[in-house]
Amino acid sequence: MRLLRSLVKTVAAYALLAGSISFLAGAGFVNPYWVQILMLACIVAISAQGLNIIYGFTGLFSLGHAAFYGIGAYTAAYLMKTYGGQSQAAFLAALLAGGGASAAVAYLIGLPTLRLTSDYLGIATLGFGIIMKVVFDNADSFLPELGGARGMTGIAKMTTIPWVIFFLIVSLLVVRNTIHSRYGRAILSVREDEIAAETMGIDTFQYKMVGFVTGCAFAGVAGGLYAHLYTFLHPSNFDFFKSIDILIIVVLGGLGNMSGTLVVSFGWIFLLEGLRVFLPPGYVELRWVLIPVLLIVTMLLRPQGIFGAHEFPFLRGKGAR
Amino acid sequence: MLLCIENINVYYGNIQALHDVSLTVAKGEIVSLIGANGAGKSTILKAVSGILTPRSGRILLADKDLVGVSPHRIVRMGVSLVPEGRGIFANMTVRDNLEMGAFTRNSREEIEKSVAEVFSLFPQLRERASQSAGTLSGGEQQMLAIGRAMVAKPDVVLLDEPSMGLSPLLVRDIFLLIREINRAGTTILLVEQNAFMALSVAHRAYVLETGAIALTGIASELRQNAKVRAAYLGDVAE
Ligand SMILES: Nc1ncnc2c1ncn2[C@@H]1O[C@H](COP(=O)(O)OP(=O)(O)O)[C@@H](O)[C@H]1O
Ligand SMILES: [Mg+2]
Repeated sequence: MRLLRSLVKTVAAYALLAGSISFLAGAGFVNPYWVQILMLACIVAISAQGLNIIYGFTGLFSLGHAAFYGIGAYTAAYLMKTYGGQSQAAFLAALLAGGGASAAVAYLIGLPTLRLTSDYLGIATLGFGIIMKVVFDNADSFLPELGGARGMTGIAKMTTIPWVIFFLIVSLLVVRNTIHSRYGRAILSVREDEIAAETMGIDTFQYKMVGFVTGCAFAGVAGGLYAHLYTFLHPSNFDFFKSIDILIIVVLGGLGNMSGTLVVSFGWIFLLEGLRVFLPPGYVELRWVLIPVLLIVTMLLRPQGIFGAHEFPFLRGKGAR
Repeated sequence: MLLCIENINVYYGNIQALHDVSLTVAKGEIVSLIGANGAGKSTILKAVSGILTPRSGRILLADKDLVGVSPHRIVRMGVSLVPEGRGIFANMTVRDNLEMGAFTRNSREEIEKSVAEVFSLFPQLRERASQSAGTLSGGEQQMLAIGRAMVAKPDVVLLDEPSMGLSPLLVRDIFLLIREINRAGTTILLVEQNAFMALSVAHRAYVLETGAIALTGIASELRQNAKVRAAYLGDVAE
């Protein structure tokens, strides 16, 4: 009964959000440029929620999140371009395949590194991110469609408001329902004290793996949405600095805080784009001065993240154990 | 013998911490392991609980060799460790800590029953059930760590210096509780620097010196042993 009610509520929220935004955009009340930014913000929020699982909840330091985002983007784009055409069903399949590809690569990276201390994953993902940038740059030498350093073009515009809202809601539900389960408590205990968790009978390697792979899958799906929003991919969209962007979002939102990650994702994207609009021409690059300053000030004022331990009501546990 | 350690050699890198250590614990016993700081007491418990793997030797739990088995499996086999420094989850509530202790168990009702037992053993913990564990006092944290090990319903509990950092009054309480837990049927291997307390509560004891067993016997007899008195009991002899 509770499941049914929560399902109805979720579907209603989805219909309301997707419907109203689509209507406002369709009727021309909202400038298409800002609609695009809104979709980008949702996509970044999905990816950031993935890193929140990895770093915030599981305590694994990953510096290569953008590389997983890129793997999902290129995988989905390649599949759609080669096999999918314009079909919505194929798009869904391509997005899931993108998420799956990122998850599979994450698994391979996790195998040798997650048995070691967390620093090793940081170093491994840093190196992996740099390698993937080189791979994306030279991807045309093994798959000409991927475009390499010139960028990948000719991707169908498939990403719409209903799609991004759908995946955003799914990602939030997955995180919320996992974290408030027995499984979620086990993940949190791994972050708190790995050896103690192990002596509770928790297979810490397995839990770290699940956290890492799930988080990377989120990035992969988000990457696929991104590819079919902008219809153009360039390796520079997936470099080290993009990984850092997501890391900043998760830290500012408060490690392990879903609401914070969500809000900061939107804030971050709208701030970046807002400054692009509001700063006088020629001063747009001042963003890269203003943002670090903002970052430092925020961390001084709210070191535990802007939301601290507070969660939006719809992201809280049900008190059920 | 429930637990039987046979000639284990344990290393940290190239440094050997344990030399051919053997000891046994029978079902229902409290066995103490005393020795100076750095003698290798914690290392023995870490080897039994699987955190460290001996380079040679065997650790038998009712005839099953624990060497090479990972810690989370050893817990399921019935051995729980209360580590030095307690290892509680400071950011989780007291209740969630206890729930974590029951991670290996499935029956909701039985877990609730075990948690209730811990609360009746340590009433202070019930009052602080929804408080985060990091806000507890040292004594309460120790109780929580012991309680958390108990909700796993272990056959053997390994206790690493439960008296550390506690006031003398609390130390007495903790030792009374250890005895109570043992009477209820749990076998205990107790590591202590507080030799006087350890020898009062235990049935048998081992004295560890620089990674090797120097002496072993009935606890009450060791308390009379001249060497033990001089080295570990100082002037606190009764
Ligand atoms: N992580 C470690 N790395 C290297 N040496 C260690 C480590 N832990 C303990 N040792 C060494 O092993 C010996 C035994 O330590 P330990 O078992 O902790 O002693 P005890 O618990 O009896 O005080 C000591 O000489 C200590 O310095
Ligand atoms: Mg010790």
